[in-house]
Amino acid sequence: MNISLSDKIKKEIDSIKSKFPDDQNKSSIIESLLIIQHENNGYLTNELIESLADYLNVQKIDVYEVATFYSMFSLKPIGKNIISVCTNVSCMLRNSDQIVNYIEKKLKVKIGESTKDNKFYLKDEMECLAACNGAPMMQVNHINYENLTYEKIDKILDGIKDD
Amino acid sequence: MIKVCTQTFGHKNPSSIDTYIKLGGYSAWKKIITEKTSKSEIINTVKESQLKGKGGAGFLTGLKWSFISPNDSQKYLVCNSDESEPGTCKDRDILRYNPHSVIEGMLIACYAIGASVGYNYLRGEFIGDQWNVTNNAIKEAYDQKLIGTNILESNISIDIIPLIGAGAYIVGEETAMLESIEGKRGMPRIKPPFPAVQGLYGKPTIINNTETLSSIPYIIKNGTDWYKNLGEGDSHGVKMFCMSGHLTKPNVIEAPLGTRFSKLLDECGGVLDNKKLKAVIPGGSSVPVVKGEVIMDTPMDYEPLMKIGTMLGSGGVIVMDESTCMVSVLERISRFYYAESCGQCTPCREGTGWLYKTLVKIRSGHGSQSDLDLLNRVANQIEGHCICALGDAAAMPVKSFLTNFWNEFEYFVEKKQSMII
Repeated sequence: MNISLSDKIKKEIDSIKSKFPDDQNKSSIIESLLIIQHENNGYLTNELIESLADYLNVQKIDVYEVATFYSMFSLKPIGKNIISVCTNVSCMLRNSDQIVNYIEKKLKVKIGESTKDNKFYLKDEMECLAACNGAPMMQVNHINYENLTYEKIDKILDGIKDD
Repeated sequence: MIKVCTQTFGHKNPSSIDTYIKLGGYSAWKKIITEKTSKSEIINTVKESQLKGKGGAGFLTGLKWSFISPNDSQKYLVCNSDESEPGTCKDRDILRYNPHSVIEGMLIACYAIGASVGYNYLRGEFIGDQWNVTNNAIKEAYDQKLIGTNILESNISIDIIPLIGAGAYIVGEETAMLESIEGKRGMPRIKPPFPAVQGLYGKPTIINNTETLSSIPYIIKNGTDWYKNLGEGDSHGVKMFCMSGHLTKPNVIEAPLGTRFSKLLDECGGVLDNKKLKAVIPGGSSVPVVKGEVIMDTPMDYEPLMKIGTMLGSGGVIVMDESTCMVSVLERISRFYYAESCGQCTPCREGTGWLYKTLVKIRSGHGSQSDLDLLNRVANQIEGHCICALGDAAAMPVKSFLTNFWNEFEYFVEKKQSMII
């Protein structure tokens, strides 16, 4: 049963499928999961995973494997706006640990948690995001913000509307 | 200043096809399909240019292309834009400022190896910026009939297709990338068979890095001598160096291979706050660390860096000043490999965990002298015993940090605190 996939999503999946040979439906799993997750407030459910398996006509385990292997997929509900602070070497040398501490205090969360109002999710285990010359840096909803200062962080996070 | 992959950088609308064409873009591709240049001629040109893979391994690109299976089956090209090696941030600039050079390079590579499809696989975290730029650029090129069916009435048909990942360092390993494109977990394959014989969907496939493919149109257009002569001293060609860490002006600099480290340091305004240089990791976090004074006069190229015990790798140059605690840095590096090991090979899956946990123990003040020996022992047990290079990449930093900064590690286990105040 793929009741949970909207017609809009199905159309997008069909266009992803056209990127690959006809007999290679598994290839569409990753990009399909990304759009399904995006549509479902940033996380995947078992029902959605199984619906995609049905729609692509692949084994459910195939989709589960992908959903649990790649770090951008979340299997639990998370805050609306995702904050990823890079803490790898280049950023660490430019005090990214202090950036994480500042955001933790500001939002009253620990890394890996979402705020009570569910507005923000501070992602854990954030590895190099390939913006090392702009260290320290973070991504908010996959947009890069570089050369961070506390003032800059205030401006970025305070500027995100509730809607 | 040399501009190869960075030619469009700084121009108005650098990523647009108009800017690219105005600067001579797609002329190499148009010439090839008009004159129906022979495949072997193109492969030979790339071979003679001495262009080496810019993703980390530094394998000769033309030689790699020549390995493509000569049979008539479907073939594939894959552009590896899964830039994830810590300290590396060059492909993201090429993708957002010069995407058409990558597309043209992919077209030429597809033509030369006989592939009708080229996939450009971008890391998932590029979804907010580079992914959109790449999609737009490919659409622009399709609209101008430079890609697609019967390109400019030449009877040649090649599709260039963008793909997106979802977060996994290991997918940058070429066979893991093929698994990922096939819709599986990114677990590297045993080689042989090499991808050039049995790659994507079991078909002959060539995988090249973004910077490598971006260089191709310029080499074809300007010739092998031009490219070779761009190098400094005995070196050939150019490289993008990602200068990060304790620098006054961290930057991505495209410079001749063979440029001395001291010159790159100067171009970044020297060490931050005029502190003393302590150490450098010259090729992304996987390569051995060296002391500052050792690398200062070294030409930045594959062989000279090998001579001082390290590697050029991806060109991710991480600079550390005298205030850096090497125990902390190694702990952070080890956490990365522990987190990113795919878990397929036991020495890597278990060993990276042992390395990281032992370093946490040392840094939290609970380590002893025997833990330092344990680190070396585990590193040796991982190295060379796994399917892919991730295990080696976890082991090399450990061994080099211990060798170069042994006294700092010894101090930590004796005094239960860092030598750096």
